[in-house]
Amino acid sequence: MAKPSTSDYTVAVPEGLELDRTGRLELYYFMALNRKLEERLGLLYRQNKVVGGLYSSLGQEACSVGTAYALGHGDFLAPMIRNLGSLLVRGVRPTDVMAQYCARAIGPTRGKDLNVHFGWVERGLIAPISVVGALIPVMAGIALEMKMHGKKNIVLTYIGDGGMSTTDFHEGMNFAGVHKLPMILVVENNLWAYSTHVSKQANVKDLAVRAEGYGCYGEIVDGNNVLAVLDATRRARARCLSGGGPVMLEAKTFRRKGHAEHDDAGYVPAAERAEWEKKDPIDAYRRFLIDRRIVDSPDEIDEIDAKIVAILEAAADEALSAPFPDPSIATENVYG
Amino acid sequence: MPVTTYIDAIKEGIWEEMEKDERVFILGEDVGIYGGAFKVTKGMLDKFGPMRVIDTPISESAIVGAAIGAALVGMRPVAEMQFIDFISCAFDQIVNFAAKCRYRWGAGVPIVVRGPSGGGVHGGPFHSQNPEAYFFNVPGLKIVCPSTAYDAKGLIKAAIRDPDPVLYFEHKFLYRRIKEDLPTEDFVVPIGKAAIRRQGEDLSIITYGAMVYKALEAAEALAGMGIDVEVLDLRSILPLDEEAILATAKKTSKVIVLHEATLTGGPGGEVVARIAEKAFEYLDGPIVRIAPPDTPVPYSPPLEEAFLPQTMDIVEKAKKLAAY
Amino acid sequence: MVDRQSMSTKKSRYMHVPDDETKVRMLHFMKLVREIEDRIEKKLYRQGRIVGGVYVGRGQEAISVGTAIHMEKDDVVAPSHRDMGVFLMRGVTPRRIIAQYMGRRTGLTRGRDGNMHMGDMNYNVIAFVSHLGDNVPVAAGVALAFKQRGQKSVALCYNGEGATSRGDWHEGINFASVHKLPVAYFINNNAYAYSTPMELQMAVKDVAIRAEGYGIPGEVVDGNDILAVYDSAKRAIDLARSGGGPSIVEYKTFRMTGHSAHDDAGYVPPELFEEWKRKDPITRFEGTLLEEGAVTEARIDEMQKECALIVDDAVEWAEQQPYPAPEEVTKDVYYEG
Repeated sequence: MAKPSTSDYTVAVPEGLELDRTGRLELYYFMALNRKLEERLGLLYRQNKVVGGLYSSLGQEACSVGTAYALGHGDFLAPMIRNLGSLLVRGVRPTDVMAQYCARAIGPTRGKDLNVHFGWVERGLIAPISVVGALIPVMAGIALEMKMHGKKNIVLTYIGDGGMSTTDFHEGMNFAGVHKLPMILVVENNLWAYSTHVSKQANVKDLAVRAEGYGCYGEIVDGNNVLAVLDATRRARARCLSGGGPVMLEAKTFRRKGHAEHDDAGYVPAAERAEWEKKDPIDAYRRFLIDRRIVDSPDEIDEIDAKIVAILEAAADEALSAPFPDPSIATENVYG
Repeated sequence: MPVTTYIDAIKEGIWEEMEKDERVFILGEDVGIYGGAFKVTKGMLDKFGPMRVIDTPISESAIVGAAIGAALVGMRPVAEMQFIDFISCAFDQIVNFAAKCRYRWGAGVPIVVRGPSGGGVHGGPFHSQNPEAYFFNVPGLKIVCPSTAYDAKGLIKAAIRDPDPVLYFEHKFLYRRIKEDLPTEDFVVPIGKAAIRRQGEDLSIITYGAMVYKALEAAEALAGMGIDVEVLDLRSILPLDEEAILATAKKTSKVIVLHEATLTGGPGGEVVARIAEKAFEYLDGPIVRIAPPDTPVPYSPPLEEAFLPQTMDIVEKAKKLAAY
Repeated sequence: MVDRQSMSTKKSRYMHVPDDETKVRMLHFMKLVREIEDRIEKKLYRQGRIVGGVYVGRGQEAISVGTAIHMEKDDVVAPSHRDMGVFLMRGVTPRRIIAQYMGRRTGLTRGRDGNMHMGDMNYNVIAFVSHLGDNVPVAAGVALAFKQRGQKSVALCYNGEGATSRGDWHEGINFASVHKLPVAYFINNNAYAYSTPMELQMAVKDVAIRAEGYGIPGEVVDGNDILAVYDSAKRAIDLARSGGGPSIVEYKTFRMTGHSAHDDAGYVPPELFEEWKRKDPITRFEGTLLEEGAVTEARIDEMQKECALIVDDAVEWAEQQPYPAPEEVTKDVYYEG
């Protein structure tokens, strides 16, 4: 897909990481699918097919894919707005996402809510709300049930550098700490919350230092290295399963686009953006696959890319040929 | 007289109050360098500096709490909720701290909490709400919902000068759709005073916010059918202008109460109750409420259209009521 | 009888040590707090002369007295419900405090609110609300106004360890730390929030370690040693006043009562009460002062009698005060000119 960059940013392999060739290629597949799906959504947005706002996780794909890939059957995940990749790893189809964004009747919420605001409890996916932080106590509650019933599962959710300033982050994390719940909170520190730089959000360099204040384990990981993210999440999961309590995993990364499609992010210094563009997680991982001879030739990766394009075209066709919801469903399902 | 949009009217109102009174300052998420999600505060950082235009962390409770504290020691803070939907995160500070200080211990809390409310822009369940009813049952608060650029400016100024906490619910659908010539001299719109937007003899529509325009459109359509509609814009819903409500009810004897907040427990119920208690014998027909159904605000265009009261709904219900 | 001599505190450890006059003044206020609260809880409440609930800070007197003593005239304080010393040190009279507890017209809230839910901006004291931690962003806002106006004043804010679990606490301290506001946050860690012990409140031993997460200083201090309180509070307040921003001081203490007067605290192991009784902050301070020769036994007994007389007078005065008139019920919801 993207042209190999001249950057010297490389994917370091965490010591002891066990991942077979299929796994290594799957990580690429999901990151590339994440990016290409968002690019396709961007096209739909410009064609006025997307009804509401469009949010991008450009440059953060490794955070979503690496964390979600570490989960096991029966684990619960709740995404935030930039975790489309996590949903794809957990089995959400591109058609679902496009139909949701385009407000169609076949979308997961049948047009009632937008973007990644959907979930299925039976599939371990909890729908976010726009109030950032609100998921944390909710996921702690799910973890509490797992603990009560001795389940060998964990919950994982995300928060941004901005969301760390909320009431719900604090109350949820403290609750999880007190009850030693099997919860991973991925702090996706992309430096910007809308127009607010992290330095105006918190008076600390590393948000993970807050873990200790809740009696939790905290760790910082390179959020652009999908293998490092996967490894750290696997270790966090093992810690949760062994009763070690919650883990706060701070992934250092960068929001390469604006808060949403309408926002040109003129407030972000160009040099900062340029620096992070050199650390593109997918470009770096592609080079890794080639340099380490995980693939025999770059053609193999191009084949994956081509497959993704085909999947997305089919998905777009399916989503856009679906009707808008019938007005009569507007009053359905307020109660059970 | 320059033509001013509704959104610029809000901005000018705040701007002028900040120029005139150095106690006035604003705080909220992305209000500084970005100028606010809708650009209500654009240019204020350059003009007034970072001590009076304060970008905050994503902490609505701290935004309102800090506004309360600064107000207690003599400041006049204007707190922005990026979308008014997020006011729920500051509920406790508003209803338990701000609203009760004066009554409990005689300390006034002159704060304004403002932000974009309302639907019609496909914002979905968390960027479209009309939360005024959550606060309607809280003595100590004032609530205003301007519908015109004139009122937007006059009410924000009145809110900033008011000695008590005022919730200022602006309607984002009106931001750039509504404009008018505004006087260049200073003016305020008194809180608690309604305005007649259209004189009529046969039937009254009592409403506020963006629904004022739906009411006026319906009134035009009904005029063509020989039904002369009066439209009363409440402008403030706490306190209610009971005098104006009763006057229009007594004048036309037929009343429709219309709002964008959902039906059950919406502010309209209180308007109906006051008329039933104090003008019952003047009525020639049942009081009719028109409001969205009791659901969250849906996202997809056909659903949102079904949710929001439409001009034709009003026309149909008005025709039935007029026939009594 | 507790041996005062054996419980003295060493003064040399501290950067800031009060002079003898200040020490005696602090002892007076600690004893006065104890006397007022004992009278309210053990006598007036049981006699049915108090309206509503009673929350006391028995065993925690060193904290409110040893911190508020540093306040300057224009400083503003937001106390919590076990910080009676703050009110007395700001000049609120025991008469008005007892009238407040009795729901009288001349109580600080004129009968609108009860017990420690009182404030008056004439004394720069912000009234507490039951929603713990709400005063944290409010105090930050006060400090923000000071900073905006270039005023060299500070805000002081008090909470128990239970309140630290609330989002307002986090949002408020984070906001204050980002904007480097002149405010000092004091935590009365009295080991129990109603019936909830520390280990069910948080997964850490010292809540002050959270300061690191806000990039501000945090300190754990013996809250039953008034000289340690005096010293640490002075440093926190000086830091704020000099533009160094907020800090958190956690005072380790113990709630020597139930949550309120109706609560027998049966959930607290009796040996904890025994242990902490031996660390009583007043007895301990008396020991120090005797050892130093700053007071005599006779003077201490005299002070006790003085406090009793002050409270006798306050009770007598308060009981003669009228209740508010029923028609006042609807007054002052909004500004009335």
